[in-house]
Amino acid sequence: MSDSVVAVNLRVNGTEYPLAIAMSRNLLGVLRNEVGLTGTKEGCDDCECGACMVLLDGQPVNSCSYLAVQAQGRQVTTVEGLVVDDKLHDLQRNILEAGGVQCGFCTPGMLMSACALLERNPTPTREEIQLGISGNLCRCTGYARIIDAIERSI
Amino acid sequence: MSFLIARSIDDAVAAMAQGARPVAGGSDLVVGARHGVDSLPDDLVAIDRIRELAQIEVNTDGCAIGAGVTHARLMVDETIVRRYPGLADAAALVGSPATRNVGTVGGNIMNGSPAMDTGAPLLVLEATVELRSEVGTRTLPIAGLWTGPRHTAASATELCTSIFLSTPRDRSSSAYVRLEYRRAMEIAVVGAAASVQLNDDGTIAATKIALTAVAPTVVAISVDLIGRPADEQALAMVAAAASDQATPISDLRASDHYRRHTIGVMAKRAFDAAARRAQGEHIAVPVNRTLGIGASS
Ligand SMILES: Cc1cc2nc3c(=O)[nH]c(=O)nc-3n(C[C@H](O)[C@H](O)[C@H](O)COP(=O)(O)OP(=O)(O)OC[C@H]3O[C@@H](n4cnc5c(N)ncnc54)[C@H](O)[C@@H]3O)c2cc1C
Ligand code: FES
Ligand code: FES
Repeated sequence: MSDSVVAVNLRVNGTEYPLAIAMSRNLLGVLRNEVGLTGTKEGCDDCECGACMVLLDGQPVNSCSYLAVQAQGRQVTTVEGLVVDDKLHDLQRNILEAGGVQCGFCTPGMLMSACALLERNPTPTREEIQLGISGNLCRCTGYARIIDAIERSI
Repeated sequence: MSFLIARSIDDAVAAMAQGARPVAGGSDLVVGARHGVDSLPDDLVAIDRIRELAQIEVNTDGCAIGAGVTHARLMVDETIVRRYPGLADAAALVGSPATRNVGTVGGNIMNGSPAMDTGAPLLVLEATVELRSEVGTRTLPIAGLWTGPRHTAASATELCTSIFLSTPRDRSSSAYVRLEYRRAMEIAVVGAAASVQLNDDGTIAATKIALTAVAPTVVAISVDLIGRPADEQALAMVAAAASDQATPISDLRASDHYRRHTIGVMAKRAFDAAARRAQGEHIAVPVNRTLGIGASS
């Protein structure tokens, strides 16, 4: 199958990236390869694990299963965008301090889901936090410390 | 190969007339292509920026839900939650926050999976679907939309533009529940929706029940409860009718036998929740979480 190349202006963490990309490319691959931001991870590449979570206009999206060309004109935020003036975001500091990072592979995706959750619900209950990160798998921590970290960030 | 971001319904139907497939959130289409179930269509038209498709419009006759409305919006929209809570129950169960954020109600019904969650509530609410192509616009009852697993009565050039629900009658309400093994990222093992309208004396004036994931399409079942109170006996009749009329298959998620049993339980719980809501009881959306149906924490 031939794959048409489409001109796309991706806006990632506030910076414009004019790119020419094949229609079938996923957003995850374009972020990691063309844009060069490797914070966003590929876990399953199948819309199941949440390692690839980014924000699109502030809302969480599984970037492995989202066409990069569909992100044209939308604001993409990756984990790199959480750092402002070299200072970690509260969620990042808290997840480190609470022991919510072991291998760290799920962490970028967790942070993006948590960030979107706190944006739409600034005072979530513990159960609401669980549901807010319910699209993110973690094989290491057992989740408790990740949830603690999000609770501390309220 | 082509890709177009449509800005209007006219743009979208023109591209579809040339052979393009619509993509809304892509959570079935793109994910399916990545699974290798289907290949990605050669020509795509993105319909997620079309404002007219993203509206929920209420008038004296009822409510028109744009096909591009996301599950995330349906589950919290004030009109939907108050008047059509069964639909909000279903939207709130879809996937994860990310799935609900991209996934649309139009994509859900047009994808035509027998396990779609919004289908059964739309069926019991007697929704009509508006389909538009370059040739014209037609509406059809949602009961006539699904012709088989992943097949609909719409032609490849027809865009679903909106789903219409009539204004609910007094003392009526709806509910949707599903059996699930976990609380997110799940597909209904089985699911059931009910709408119930009560008379002033509390007896049943009208009811509809529809089932998810127990037949080649979402299906309505018949059970004659008119004039009866919504009591234990009515619940038992609902359960028996659902188990009798289901035609489930066995797959790796559940055996036909297990589905036939549990669909009765789900139908009765959906009916009970709808009847209690019709009596004025507040049961928060989604019923699954409020009443602890399916997986719990
Ligand atoms: C991780 C995950 C979990 C999921 N969980 C659930 C779940 O719990 N319950 C559930 O029901 N579904 C679930 N789904 C399936 C999917 O998210 C839903 O069916 C969703 O509503 C599809 O909407 P979409 O906008 O993403 O559709 P798309 O993928 O964009 O489109 C789906 C199909 O419909 C067609 N289409 C889309 N819009 C229109 C239109 N307006 N007119 C004509 N044709 C149209 C497309 O061409 C395509 O064939 C899940 C999917 C994933 C990836
Ligand atoms: S890599 Fe996208 S969900 Fe797993
Ligand atoms: S810390 Fe290893 S997967 Fe979460």
